Amino acid sequence: MSKNNERYALLINYEFCTGCHSCETACKVENNLTHGQWGIKVAQDGPRKLENGKFEFIHVPIPTSLCNLCEDRVNKGKLPSCVQHCQAAVMSFGPVEELAEKISKPQMVIFTPV
Amino acid sequence: MWTGPGCHNGCGVIYYHKDNEVVGIEGDVNNPINQGRLCMRCINYLESTNHPDRLKWPLKRIGERGENKWERISWDEAYDIIVEKVRDIQKNYGPESIVAMEGTGRNIVWQVNYLCYSAFQSPNFTLGFLSGDSCYMPRAAVEGVTNGDFFLVDCSQQFEDRYENPEWRAPEYILIWGSNPLPANADGFFGHWIVDLMQRGSKLIVVDPKLTWLASKAEYWLRIRPGSDAALAMAFLNIVITEDLYDHDFVGKWTNGFDALAERVKEWTPERASSICWVDKDTLIHAARAFGNAECAAIHWGVAVDMSVPGVATAQSLNSLVAITGNMDVPGGNILVQYAYGQGLAYNYGFENVPEEVAVKRLGNEYPLRQMGFGANAHEDAVLEAIESGKPYPIKMLWLQTTNPIANMAGEAPRVYAAMKKVDFCVVVDLYMTPTAVAFADIVLPAAMSSERWGNRNWYTPLRTITKVAEYYEAKSDEDIILELGKRLQPEFFPWKDNKDWYDWIMLNEAFESGMTFDELQEKVYSFPKFEYKKYEKGLLRPDGEPGFNTYTGKLELKIELYEKWGLDPLPWYQEPRESPYSTPELFEEYPFVMTTGNRAYEFFHSEHRQLKLNREFHPDPIMDINTEAAAKLGITEGDWVWIENRKGRFKQRARLDEFMDPRVIRAEHGWWFPEKEAAEPSLFGVFDSNCNNLTSMCDNGPTGYGAPYKNQIAKVYKCTEENSQIMPSTQVTRLGGFPYVKK
Ligand code: SF4
Ligand code: SF4
Ligand code: SF4
Repeated sequence: MSKNNERYALLINYEFCTGCHSCETACKVENNLTHGQWGIKVAQDGPRKLENGKFEFIHVPIPTSLCNLCEDRVNKGKLPSCVQHCQAAVMSFGPVEELAEKISKPQMVIFTPV
Repeated sequence: MWTGPGCHNGCGVIYYHKDNEVVGIEGDVNNPINQGRLCMRCINYLESTNHPDRLKWPLKRIGERGENKWERISWDEAYDIIVEKVRDIQKNYGPESIVAMEGTGRNIVWQVNYLCYSAFQSPNFTLGFLSGDSCYMPRAAVEGVTNGDFFLVDCSQQFEDRYENPEWRAPEYILIWGSNPLPANADGFFGHWIVDLMQRGSKLIVVDPKLTWLASKAEYWLRIRPGSDAALAMAFLNIVITEDLYDHDFVGKWTNGFDALAERVKEWTPERASSICWVDKDTLIHAARAFGNAECAAIHWGVAVDMSVPGVATAQSLNSLVAITGNMDVPGGNILVQYAYGQGLAYNYGFENVPEEVAVKRLGNEYPLRQMGFGANAHEDAVLEAIESGKPYPIKMLWLQTTNPIANMAGEAPRVYAAMKKVDFCVVVDLYMTPTAVAFADIVLPAAMSSERWGNRNWYTPLRTITKVAEYYEAKSDEDIILELGKRLQPEFFPWKDNKDWYDWIMLNEAFESGMTFDELQEKVYSFPKFEYKKYEKGLLRPDGEPGFNTYTGKLELKIELYEKWGLDPLPWYQEPRESPYSTPELFEEYPFVMTTGNRAYEFFHSEHRQLKLNREFHPDPIMDINTEAAAKLGITEGDWVWIENRKGRFKQRARLDEFMDPRVIRAEHGWWFPEKEAAEPSLFGVFDSNCNNLTSMCDNGPTGYGAPYKNQIAKVYKCTEENSQIMPSTQVTRLGGFPYVKK
């Protein structure tokens, strides 16, 4: 997955990931994955109560080794399927360097699955 | 184009198709509604369109009802059988003995009623035994008399440029009441707009018995006792009024009955509401203050508002809260929405085609809101009673299109099952063989899915089209089925050539103000009518062009003058559920949980999608929520199958332990049946085994006819064992005459 020798990645703004499963489903459909297989999997922490009385309830989608960063779609000029369908619009795709510049707030993470 | 495999929304999708078959689907990134985003139901659309279980051609029952034995017939044969039956019933009993029902989704809101009124000539169109019309109808009826228009959170959905629109601003607070909009997507509202708004600074107040993801992010979470919403809503009003947080200017100029409202809600002090609603008092006070003090704030409300006996009073209070805080039709408040280009075909479409002497026989006609046309449909509880008693006249035929009542919509499902078995003739139109079809149908007709039909969507804005790109065996669009049958029965009311011709007619002739033809709109894909805020100031709401609201007095009615004329309480009120910790404390000892039902999941739309492998991988079994300690006391651990039981019946689901649930409250899922199980009775796809509606009741409505206690029954919980699971509920209902402990 490289154009001009750049590494590509997914940036997740997980503060607002709702755990809606759209990314997981989009990946399964796009890559025709069988029962029990995932190109991306949403991990969950919480809900649990913090000492300040607020709740921690976090989801983070984790691309697996089956993620190919939607090479076919990207080559056609489209967004990766998970990025396009993410209902909370918390995923971005791009070169690592560009994504790193977008890390502007807490609760963000960059994945480089390939 | 627009789709929805069975849903209320209107997300833009792009289909890829080859030789009349859809081979791919993705979100349309250019569509301002969803901007490419989709929920898993649309993403997995292909599995449902091409599923081997889909109905392929018309079927006629050859065995006994419930045996699941069918013979393939042609459409002509099916129509001939139906026409003969209809004629026979019309002649011997009167057209009113035919009842047509629909559920929800599949972009049907006006088609089945048109068939009922115009082809069958019966006034008895109704929703598949949805007791008290308890889904949006109570809210809609209240809005009809108080504002004359619906409201929605201002998420910029009315503007093509969305969040970039210079007039728009994000609400400071969004009060989410009785809804989990992220999976629900109800009423033309894309749930994740709420997350868009959170990303743009909106803060949340959430009223929900469950700590949902949204509730966990809220500044204030009010963990309400299900069914006590009207009391809590009045407490909100009381705090905003007594602490003088209301908009004097708006109240003075544009509303009617403020003093009476203030007087009425006075008794709903935070203390009283807190003890009745099981909500923390300080949280309640702070939440109401935050809402009242906000520069702009909006309410997003859900079906929980409707699903109690005082449902209309809850809706009235929340509507009043938006109004007196000055948040009606302002940026970042609740916008008054109208059907795009005035194309508001609804349940009254075609009612004028019912002969006058028959129209007055509509079941439930005694309720004034119905007579006045706020909801033209018949009262489903009255329909049930008519089937059971034959009074005021017998019901001889049921037409069920896009509804699967015993799996889903009908309160007191075992009672409805017994009643439906008594009806002479029943037609089911659906995508799959459902439990309802197996149990009752004489004829089953295969319906097309959205990629296989023309259509449009006007709920609410923009107006958008559905484009036919595929065909599936002999399945027909709902409109084509209605049209072809209508032509045979009352051709004068069905002049259109086909599905698309009908839409063209609607777009040009039925209260449609844009002058676009169907093809023109299809070229554009969607079209946004011009939107303006504060329409009441500009004379844009009333037919006479005067400023004000489209109501009886021209004001926004905090006290509903029309109710008073009709002998109804014009102000909000509260009533305990018929069975509750306070109305029946002794019974509550035996059934020590308040049960709420119907929480939404991303995987399913009501009773749909249970046959899809992918969706079931995410969500294989029905789930109920119970407090961790309450479960421990009952010896229940995570994932155990448990029975939930009350005096009406029982059902089983898997326990999910939740330390944040009130230990006196449980929460169950609805719509469950198991397409993988045996279709024939006594199994009937296991439709009663996990059915929360074994415990709900019919015919327990408010004085307007609206509202029913779907979400506030009391129940007990115990673990499933081999011993106590000898007789499954489906067998109990279909073979043993129902649950022995039902007291009628
Ligand atoms: S980018 Fe990776 S995780 Fe996302 S859909 Fe494509 S293959 Fe799956
Ligand atoms: S689609 Fe987006 S919001 Fe939904 S689970 Fe995946 S990352 Fe989270
Ligand atoms: S809400 Fe889900 S099912 Fe409904 S149209 Fe949107 S993506 Fe499709």
